[in-house]
This record gives sequence, structure tokens and C-alpha cells, in this order.
Amino acid sequence: MEHIRTTKVEQVKLLDRFSTSNKALTGTLYLTATHLLFIDSHQKETWILHHHIASVEKLALTTSGCPLVIQCKNFRIVHFIVPRERDCHDIYNSLLQLSKQAKYEDLYAFSYNPKQNDSERLRGWQLIDLAEEYKRMGVPNSNWQLSDANREYKICETYPRELYVPRIASKPIIVGSSKFRSKGRFPVLSYYHREKEAAVCRCSQPLSGFSARCLEDEHLLQAISKANPVNRYMYVMDTRPKHRMQSWWATQKDIGRIIVRISSKIWNDEKIRESHEQKRLNAMANRAAGKGYENEDNYSNIRFQFVGIENIHVMRSSLQKLLEVNGTKGLSVNDFYSGLESSGWLRHIKAVMDAAIFLTKAIMIENASVLVHCSDGWDRTSQVCSLGSLLLDSFYRTIRGFMVLIEKDWISFGHKFSERCGHLDSDPKEVSPVFTQFLECVWHLTEQFPQAFEFNEAFLLQIHEHIYSCQFGNFLGNCQKEREELKLKEKTYSLWPFLLDDQKKYLNPLYSPKSQAVAVLEPNTVSFNFKFWRNMYHQFDRTLHPRQSVFNIIMNMNEQNKQLENDIKDLESKIKQHKNKQTDGVLTKELLHSVRPESPTLKTSLCFKEQTLLPVNDALRTIEGSNPADNRY
Amino acid sequence: MMFFFLFSVSGNASNPEFKKKKNSECLLRLRHEGLLNSCPAGVASCPASSCPFRSPRSPRLKLLESALLLGPRPTAGGMEFSELIRTGRAQAELLRGPGAPPLRGTLCVTGHHLLLSPGPQATSDLWLLLLRSVDSIEKRVAGDSGTITLRCKDLRVLQLDIEGVEATLDIARSIEALSSLESVITSFPFFYRPKGLRLGDAWHFHPPEHYYKRVARETNAWRLSEVNEDFSVCPSYPRAVIVPRAVDDDALARSARFRQGGRFPVLSYHHAPSGTVLLRSSQPLTGPQKRRCAEDEELLRAVLAGARPGARGFIVDTRSAQAAKQARMTGGGTEAKAAYPGWKRLHRPMERGRPLQESFVRLVEACGDLEQSMDRWLSRLEGCRWLAHVKEALSTACLAAQGMEREGACILVHGAEGTDSTLLVTSLAQLILDPLSRTMTGFQELVEREWIQAGHPFQLRCAHSAFSHARPKHEAPTFLLFLDCVWQLGRQFPLSLEFGEGLLLALFEHAYASPFGTFLCNSEKERCLCEVRTRTHSLWSGLNQPKEQRKLRNPLYVLNPLAIWPSVEPQSLRLWQGLFLRWTRPPEPSEAAWEKVWQIVTDKEKTEGSQPTVSASEPQP
Repeated sequence: MEHIRTTKVEQVKLLDRFSTSNKALTGTLYLTATHLLFIDSHQKETWILHHHIASVEKLALTTSGCPLVIQCKNFRIVHFIVPRERDCHDIYNSLLQLSKQAKYEDLYAFSYNPKQNDSERLRGWQLIDLAEEYKRMGVPNSNWQLSDANREYKICETYPRELYVPRIASKPIIVGSSKFRSKGRFPVLSYYHREKEAAVCRCSQPLSGFSARCLEDEHLLQAISKANPVNRYMYVMDTRPKHRMQSWWATQKDIGRIIVRISSKIWNDEKIRESHEQKRLNAMANRAAGKGYENEDNYSNIRFQFVGIENIHVMRSSLQKLLEVNGTKGLSVNDFYSGLESSGWLRHIKAVMDAAIFLTKAIMIENASVLVHCSDGWDRTSQVCSLGSLLLDSFYRTIRGFMVLIEKDWISFGHKFSERCGHLDSDPKEVSPVFTQFLECVWHLTEQFPQAFEFNEAFLLQIHEHIYSCQFGNFLGNCQKEREELKLKEKTYSLWPFLLDDQKKYLNPLYSPKSQAVAVLEPNTVSFNFKFWRNMYHQFDRTLHPRQSVFNIIMNMNEQNKQLENDIKDLESKIKQHKNKQTDGVLTKELLHSVRPESPTLKTSLCFKEQTLLPVNDALRTIEGSNPADNRY
Repeated sequence: MMFFFLFSVSGNASNPEFKKKKNSECLLRLRHEGLLNSCPAGVASCPASSCPFRSPRSPRLKLLESALLLGPRPTAGGMEFSELIRTGRAQAELLRGPGAPPLRGTLCVTGHHLLLSPGPQATSDLWLLLLRSVDSIEKRVAGDSGTITLRCKDLRVLQLDIEGVEATLDIARSIEALSSLESVITSFPFFYRPKGLRLGDAWHFHPPEHYYKRVARETNAWRLSEVNEDFSVCPSYPRAVIVPRAVDDDALARSARFRQGGRFPVLSYHHAPSGTVLLRSSQPLTGPQKRRCAEDEELLRAVLAGARPGARGFIVDTRSAQAAKQARMTGGGTEAKAAYPGWKRLHRPMERGRPLQESFVRLVEACGDLEQSMDRWLSRLEGCRWLAHVKEALSTACLAAQGMEREGACILVHGAEGTDSTLLVTSLAQLILDPLSRTMTGFQELVEREWIQAGHPFQLRCAHSAFSHARPKHEAPTFLLFLDCVWQLGRQFPLSLEFGEGLLLALFEHAYASPFGTFLCNSEKERCLCEVRTRTHSLWSGLNQPKEQRKLRNPLYVLNPLAIWPSVEPQSLRLWQGLFLRWTRPPEPSEAAWEKVWQIVTDKEKTEGSQPTVSASEPQP
């Protein structure tokens, strides 16, 4: 509270950034400990959480007042005009302080109180149980077991306590391998495909120093490939683009971080052979420069694949460019598309999707296990593993399954949410929209397969909202160890039970879980299929949105149908009962007669009531949303 | 394809006798009957007297053709299809792109169709393609077989693998010759006699008289004028037009002489809630001397007076101010400010003609490349400028609509000829403002009234689609642009249009090649001369058959009494994938989803319909 000087400013104007008419809403701005609140003259409230604020900018003073532009991490951009410069300055300074907290304990989650008692809170945290999830996948089994090597976070601080590894991999092998991998993130199981008996594993890059090889690491990889009884060959996917690796080699002095991925002698694919040759040449060059490399004979039964996803810095500036283009007032169609192209955003999304498809095909078509890594194995690796699992397993396409997926591949495996989302005032170079990209990939899948997902777009948007909100404990901290130290489970609440309580809002009415055709999704990544996700990047620019929602109306109809069908069933069973009674000779004709008129009236009242409600709502939406003054014609 | 009423064909459609016969008249009759053989519905209902092949050199026919200059004759005498058909039949395999299995069978070229009949053991239906819908043809021979690639006007690409080099070349030549025939009265609609439809149905359903009845109920400031009864005042207007009551027919005729092509200002739409009107015309012929026309000025004055005392008006010129000025050099121009008090001119430049056609061609080209990278695709999407044209059209229409609804002003729209971008603006503005035009019948009426009857030259504009190698002359996808804009409206207001994407796709297909007569010719005058109304079937009667409804309707439609204001920001506009990528991507998941929507909606109707007595007694809101 010590940062707040002014709590209330009157006669503040709120401008719409896409409306041409310079009409502005006038209202009162309130500053609270957690939110910025604007109440306009129609009593409509706009709440902005301090943690959502990415930047605050004070523009040059104008005749009508001092403009204050606030950009939020959830892509809301608000433009206030504060009449007095003094007030504007106070709010500006307060927001600068409030939006960047130095300590976890100052985040909203530690003060947020949804009126639950401790046991409810605990139950919320226990809602997603990863041990249960691995059991569902079919591990432990004869080939895979739970390792207690990291029980005390001794081997790898950024991994969870419970890790699944091949049964034949002994503890010394694991320890040895972890010393050879960046941050100790040795290869562990991420997803097990029960039917194919193939595994998706993840790790970080190897540190091949002077010694150039690590027998334990080789053993561990061999153990993974042996754990697949059908196909002994496994894929190693380096999710980084090849050209970057090469230029990196040329500049990097740290010889401890050289990566050379070598393959088996059996190459079926011509293309891979080519890349292999190139790799050989590079390796030769590195050796001449005194850098280490791996002996190609060290790892047997491996096929190597680069999949070209760019690093966090490229992604950050790509999104920045995209937002710059879209924020332009009076944007022309041509500028929009050339901006979309030059930002490269959709190209990056396609790269992530292509990588996940590669993984899926390796498992489904070749029955091969896959080991995925990037540099540290917590950004691109998380994207590819989770998206791959989503394509493979329809469970992850349900509401609960999607939560499990995020818990497993993102939270537990140490995606650095706090750094990537900039929860605290920390290095801005660590911020990157890696998780947003994952959500966007999922959205593209929902567009291509409208019946395959139990949840809808609103669900994805809501999760995105809370990645940044710091209202719940789930995404605070950068790894499980840190979260335990913060005692999040005692001091904060979990997001998932709240989403489940609100489940109705997030259901996809077209979802058809039974359809076998969508067991494994095979998306088409032809360029046409990638579209700009307006409902994410312009979610608060209401004027750009469709004015009527199909989802809502179908949802309502679906519910009505179900209700009516239930009524019919009820009544039919009643009639049956009566008939039975009648055949038993108990019921007289009069009684049966008295049942019949009852049925339509009961249904009518219900149906009539709902029907009148439905279109009215929709008409309202149209009045609200569709106004020529909102648009520039 | 949406409408193959010719599906149930039995027996061998080809006729080996063609080649041998010499007498052309006899051949033609045979040819005609051969076609009818393949169309059992046709034989009975085709009255012999209406068949031009009975007497191909009849004076009447010649007169008609010379009157209309309906395109080059293939030979000196009559329309001798048989001489254009080099080979009657060949064995071939047809590849129809992703999703559809290849078809093997006997290929056969007839006067109007390309047929592929699967072998006798096969039970599947005959495959049939209207030759008129072929936009470009490409042949390749290798060894003792050949390949023909047909690019259709509906943007489909078909590949035929044919046995025999000679047969391939002959068939290719036959298709080339037959698909480019420009004669109207020998075109397929004049022979098409589908089952279950009667000639003349639905032709009297839509004309301006019908619309006038509605206007007359709302205001009495307007009257129906028959000054153009014999098409002498304006050859591209229908017989009847709606004009201010205060202006008599003589004044109209004089105003017509002051407007290009005689297109004097007429009523397009009366917006009852604000009492304002939407008019359309062509440019005034002011010329370099800045001519004026008292009757034309009087006409526009009467419009304002009829709306409301002191009403204002906007003239929306669809050209840039500079282009409008330049038009003066060639006799055209714009309304002088001083001559038309109360009217204010606004320039909203819109693309037309060849640049629009090129934009269409480039977009289709880009959509055909499945291998291109993300960046290449986005830069081509930008480079073709199609979506920029969509934005222009929508925002100009919104401007006109906004003027009427918000500012209570009368709007006159014109460009140069007043037959392209003008119609685009007036029809879209109506769709935005008028809930009735968003219903199934209302929209069909709108297309009939504002495009077909209003004299959009369909035959010239839709002679070729995006694949043709021929140098474009008068082709322009103005109507397609209109359909695209309607689709964008439908996306932004998914519950407010009674029709769905299916109707828009059907209209696109039929505008370019159709077994129905609705889109034939360039104006009502030509249609009268060709007797289109009495001798062909109307598309509307074809579309309004109950079996077509599920494809064409929007199951989620709820009447929305308000104006629908779309967003025209680039982020809100989308490529119409259902049209431009219709044949390049497998549509299953989205179709399945649509089917599910239908199911949910019909379930709802079913469950509710189980108590008919109650729903009937409900008061209608």
C-alpha cells in the first residue's frame, strides 16, 4: 500500500484504440492494492490486475489532459486521459511499483482469498494427481519404473521428485547421465503410448566436453530404446533449428556445450543421410578447432532429427512485432498481412506444430520411441512433448486431461513460468511467450478438428489469463522445488478446481468423444491452415469480434435438447409404469387418462420459458456489439 | 457440384454413329437426342417447337443472333456441335483431387457435357461435367496415353488420363471448342428439363413490381414507371423501375440521355425506419463543357423533397476524385455541386475491371500451391489484394448504410457505368440495413433485383474464371466479391442470415456456368430477346426444392430486426476458405461439425415438435 498515493481520480477518459470517433467514456479511476478499476458513467467496470500490466507509458501532455497508456500481458491495451498531470504522475509511479514485485510473497496469490477452508484448499491441490496419470498411461510396467533418484532434488533441481525411467537403467547410470546433461536434466519419460509400447522422453542438451563421451548417457539412451519391444531404433529430436546450431558452433567458445548428435549406421532416409554428412563435416571442423564431439559409434540405434523451432528471444521479438503491427490505428489489409509475415509469428507456430506431428508419426507409424530436447529442455521441449501427447491421446483433449497435460509437461518438468511470464521484476530477456504459443497451437487444432476437443476457446483464454494473473499458485515459481519452498500449497489456491466449477462455460458443444476417427489427430500444416488468432491478441477489442456467438446458442440448444429428452424419458417411464400397473389391473382408465394431459403442460412451460429467454439475450448482444460508430467506414 | 439433376442415367450415352453422318441438320438432331437419351427427364418435357435444332437456319434464330451478336460462329452455317466433336468416346481415368477416389470408365463428349460412365460392373453413378464450366484445358501425351487437365470455373482441377494419343488430342480439341462457344440460345439451359420442375416456375417471383408493392406500403413518394417498357430509354434497365412520384416519364427519358447508358437515378432501397432512400445510376455525362440537365437535377431534388423537408443527400462516387475528373475528358464526370443543392459528393475509390480480375487470378494461383512456406503464402495473400477489395466494398457499403440510418440522408451511388461496383455497394448496404433481405427469399430477391435485373453484365463478367489463359476482356469477379462480402457478414453475424455458405457457393457456381437460365445474358433486354424466361428454368425454382434446403440454409438463423454493422478491420476479415480452398483441402472435420450443428438444431425442433398443439397456440413474438 505504501506505493499508492492517489486512490481515486475523477473525470478520467477511456479511449477505444480502434474506434475512430474520438468519443471516449468518462468515469472514475480507482487504484487498489491489487487492481486498477475504471467505472464509466454507465457503471460498467473495467478491472485491470496489477500483475497483468506489462508496461505503463505516460505520453506528452495534451489540452484535454495527460494520456496514460497501459499495455497488459493479456493483450489488453487501455488508453486513459487523466485531467491533471499530477494525478497522472502519481498513478503512473504507483503502477510502475505495483506491477513489478520483487518478492513472490507480494504476489496476489498470497493475499487472494476465495473463502475456502484449508481442507477445501488441499482438495483443490490434490485434484490433479500425476502418479495417477502415469498409471493411466500404463507405467510403471515391466519396462518402465519409478526412480527415486531425484527424491530429494539431488540430481536435478528443476525436475520433479518422481521420475519414470527404463527399468534397466540403474541409479549410477542416471547419475552419470545427468552430469553429462545441461542442468542435470537427463532423459526421462514424458508420455508412454500403451498400445505401441513406445515412449516420449525428454531431456536437455548434452555437455560433451573434452572427454566427448559419456558411457552412462549412452547406456541410458540404449535403455530407452530397449524399453520399446517393437522398434529398437529411437529418434532423437533436437528442436532447435540447424542453422542456428551451426552459427552457434562458429561463435561459441565454451567447448563444454558442443552438441553433436550422431546416428546409427543404418540410414533409410536419404534426407537424413545428407544431413548426417553435413554433420560429419561440422564435427570435423569442430575437432580442428579443438572442440569436442561425440563419436558416432557411441550411440547405437538412434535416428537424429532437427526440427527448427527458434529460441525464446526470437519468439519474444516476433510477438512484439506482431503486436506493434496490430496496434496500428487505421491498419490497411496489406500492412496487416505484410506485418504478419515479417513478424514470423505464424511461421513459428507452424514449426512447433510440425515438430509435434513428427513426434506423433514416429510413434504411430514407426512405433519408435522419441527423445526430445532443446537447450535446457524446458521451453521447446515442453511445447513439443505436450503437443505431441495431445495429438496422440484423446484424454488430453478433455478439460481435465488438458489440466493434467499442463501439470505434467509444463509445471512439473520445470517450465520457468515465473521468468517467462515476468511475474517478478527480473531479467526481461528471460520473458518469452512460449506457453502462449502452445495455447495457440492447441487453438489451431480446435479450428481444424472442431469436434475433437471437450473444451472451447474460452478455456484456453482463461488459462492464458491466469498464467499471468498470479492469482493462483499453480504457475508461480520456476520449478517444483521452488514451489515447495514457497509453500504454495499452504498459502495459495489451485486454479483447476475453479475452472472445473465453471466447466459449463468452457464446454465445446460440438465435442463428440466417441468418434473413433479422431483418436489420433493428424493435422494438416499447409500454410493456409494457420490464421491470425484474433480472439487472443484482440480479446479486449470488442469491436473487432463477431457480434453473435454460435457457441453459446448451440450450447443452449444442446442443453435444451438434453433437458427435453430427459423429460421425455421420464414421462415415458411414467407411462410405462402406469401401463404396467394397468395390465396388472390396478390402474383404472381414469387414472391413466389423468396422466396424459399432465405431460405436455409440464414440458411446455419449460420449453416456453427457455425459448423466450434465448433470442432476447442474443438480440441484446447485437445491440451492444454492433454500432456503426465503433467502426471506421 | 451442387445440382446434378441428371444423375440417374442408364445405358451407354455415346453414339457411334456421329462421325459417319454428313448431313449436319440430321446430325444435330441426333446429337440433341443423344443428349436427351442421357437425360430421360428431358425427352418428354422438351417441346419440339422450342428446339432450335429443328430448324437451325430459321429466320427467327438468325435474326436473334445477328441482333445480339452473341459470339463467333464455329462454322459458316448453323451451330454444328457435331463437327466440333472429334471423338465420341475413349477409355479414361478421372482424378478428382484429394478425398475423392479415382473413377475409371468410358469418357464421352456430347454437345454440352463431358460424361464418364463407369464400366458395366460398376454400380456408381455416371459422372458428368457441364462443358461450359471448363475454364482452361491442358493436354500432355506420353507413350500411348495422354493426360488432360481441366481447370473449372468453380476452381476445381480435374485430371483425365486417357488411353490413346489420338483420342486424347481429339477429346481435348473437342472440349476446347465446345466449352468456348458463346452463343446463348444453344447453351445448355435451353435444353435442360429437370424432373419435378415446370418451365416458367419462379420467373415471376422477383421483379421490381414485387418490390414496389412493399415500397408503396411504406411511402407514397414513389411510383412504378414503365418508361423503359421497350428498353429504348435504357437498354440495361428492366421494363419497370421505381422513381419519384413527382417526376414524369418525359423527364425521366431526358435524364436518361444525361446519364451513361441511359441509367438515370432509380430507387434501389427504401429504408422505412429513417424514411430515407438508396438510389443508383451511372455517371452524368457532364463532359469537358460541364453540361447540365435540368430534368436530372429536378429528379434528385424530388428525391430529397419526397424523403423529408430539408433532407440531405450524399452522392457516393465509387471512383477516386481524380478518376472522376478525368472521366470528363471522355464525356463522363460527376454532378456539379452548385447544380444539385442538398447533395454532397463523397469519393470512395473501389477497384473494378481488369485489376479486380487479376487480383482474383493471383489469389486462386496462391491457393493452389500446397507446398509454399508460411511467409510466401502471407506475402502472396497480401500481394493479390483480394481482402483489401473486400474491405473497400464493405466499408463503402457501410458508409452508405450509415448515411441512411444514422444521418437520415438519401444516398445515390454511382461509378462510371453503374453496373458493377455501384450494385456491389447498393446490395451490400441493403443487406446491412434490411432484415428482410437477410432471409432466404429476401436474399434471392435481392440478387435478382439488384444484380440480374439491374443489368450487371453476367455474360461478359463471368465468361471466364481464374484459370483462363485467354486475355481478359470484360471479365471481372464483381459478383464473387459481393458473395465474399456477404460471407464476411455471415461470419460476423452467424445467426442473422437465413442462408448459409452453401447458397453463396451455389450462386458462385451458377453465375459462371449453370444449367439454369437465371444468369444468362447481360440485361433484361437480351433475356427477352432470347426468350430466357419461357425457354429455360429459373435457378430459384431449382434452389428452392426441399431437397436442397439443408445445404443452403443456416440452421442457427434467428430473425435479427437490427442493422448489422460489420467490423472492417483487417483482423476481422478472413479468407473465404470454403470457396478458395474448397477443392484443395479435405473438408471432413468441418463438414462433420456442421452436420452436428444441424443435428442439434433439428433435434431441438423434433423434441419441441412433439407437442404440436402447444407450439401452434404460442403467441408469435
